[in-house]
Amino acid sequence: MNKVFPSAQEALDGLVFDGMKIAAGGFGLCGIPEELIAAIKLLKVKNLVIASNNAGVDDFGIGILLETRQVKKMISSYVGENAEFMRQYLSGELELEFNPQGTLAERMRAGGAGIPGFYTKTGVGTIIAEGKEHKEFNGISYILEEAFVADLAIVKAWKGDPEGNLVYRKTARNFNPNAATCGKTCIAEVEEIVPVGSLDPDHIHTPGIFVNRIIQGEHEKRVENMTLTE
Amino acid sequence: MWDRNEMAARAAKEIRDGMYVNLGIGIPTLVSNFIPKNLDVTLQSENGMLGMGPFPKERYVDPDLINAGKQTITELDKTSYFSSADSFAMIRGGHIDMAILGAMEVSENGDLANWMIPGKLVKGMGGAMDLVSGVKRVIVIMDHTNKKGDSKLLKKCTLPLTGRGVVDSLITNYGMFEIISEGIKIIEIADGASLEQIKAATEGNLVI
Repeated sequence: MNKVFPSAQEALDGLVFDGMKIAAGGFGLCGIPEELIAAIKLLKVKNLVIASNNAGVDDFGIGILLETRQVKKMISSYVGENAEFMRQYLSGELELEFNPQGTLAERMRAGGAGIPGFYTKTGVGTIIAEGKEHKEFNGISYILEEAFVADLAIVKAWKGDPEGNLVYRKTARNFNPNAATCGKTCIAEVEEIVPVGSLDPDHIHTPGIFVNRIIQGEHEKRVENMTLTE
Repeated sequence: MWDRNEMAARAAKEIRDGMYVNLGIGIPTLVSNFIPKNLDVTLQSENGMLGMGPFPKERYVDPDLINAGKQTITELDKTSYFSSADSFAMIRGGHIDMAILGAMEVSENGDLANWMIPGKLVKGMGGAMDLVSGVKRVIVIMDHTNKKGDSKLLKKCTLPLTGRGVVDSLITNYGMFEIISEGIKIIEIADGASLEQIKAATEGNLVI
């Protein structure tokens, strides 16, 4: 089976539809699937539900899908850097579900692992817990959080091979391995597709079974908050 | 009265050799400048890094290497990287010794509010709810009063909570405090601050 596609748009062919659920990797602008996001914009699919830790900035990352009003709902832990996001949210055009960051990561992990829900202490006693099942274990209260399963996962890795094996680089790993597992289909974009056998099997972060399609892309890798010493 | 750096320095005194510590955004980030060099302390960044180094010189900036505040940083010899789910397994699973974070309000029973002001722009809780529910010791650094001069150490928080009964210690410009079952216990008064000042600026039950 050939997993390698020549472009993001071709890799998305037949996989996108209005109202679909997407899980996206990335933290801020670090390790985001830049080319797949840009291609989703060109395909003009609408009413997307996107689970992603952040929503990009106005002109980069998931922000470009907000600009075109393609997103119906975001599931995120922090959305502070995006003025258009706030405008749409405050005017009621965009739905927003805040998830604690670890809960969002675990929802993706659980979704990919066939676990429909899990109990967590995170959010107990806060508005996050409202309406959720509570259960005590050893005298401590936990809430039930449900897994997230996406129609499509879009992730960014450093290197990948034609089998779909992926290696991430530094903190660009973040949500990518978890997002990759929770999609009914997963497309990975990588900086370099290397020949099968050239990645050390002991060092593969996402085994190819989780990846259906792979593309090699050009990445801007924008720095969001340049901070230097002295 | 302590300034930002003095509050950060006081928090750093709570850090012990061998600890794994998560520092929040703002004043807590400054704490790393005051950790004694002879201590072996490992900083965790919840976006997926253990062993966080200092900010880089310009030629070492790497867009793939940032902290949870999205700032560019550097790695150390001991650094490891991992996924967000693994990162929060460390946090939620009780493997992190200490979290130091900012706050808008703290109540006398240790409730913490630091993520949402109703009616104002809400940016999200990020990893704060996970951190306060999972880390062994939670230290808050904040100003004792708000800009209007009202106490931020309350009987009951007025803002939506980040966690209930989660704060262990509190460092303000007036001193260092611990949350005990009877209320907010004074541990240390900052140079230039007085007990009378603290009493006047604290709404929650003070234990002297």
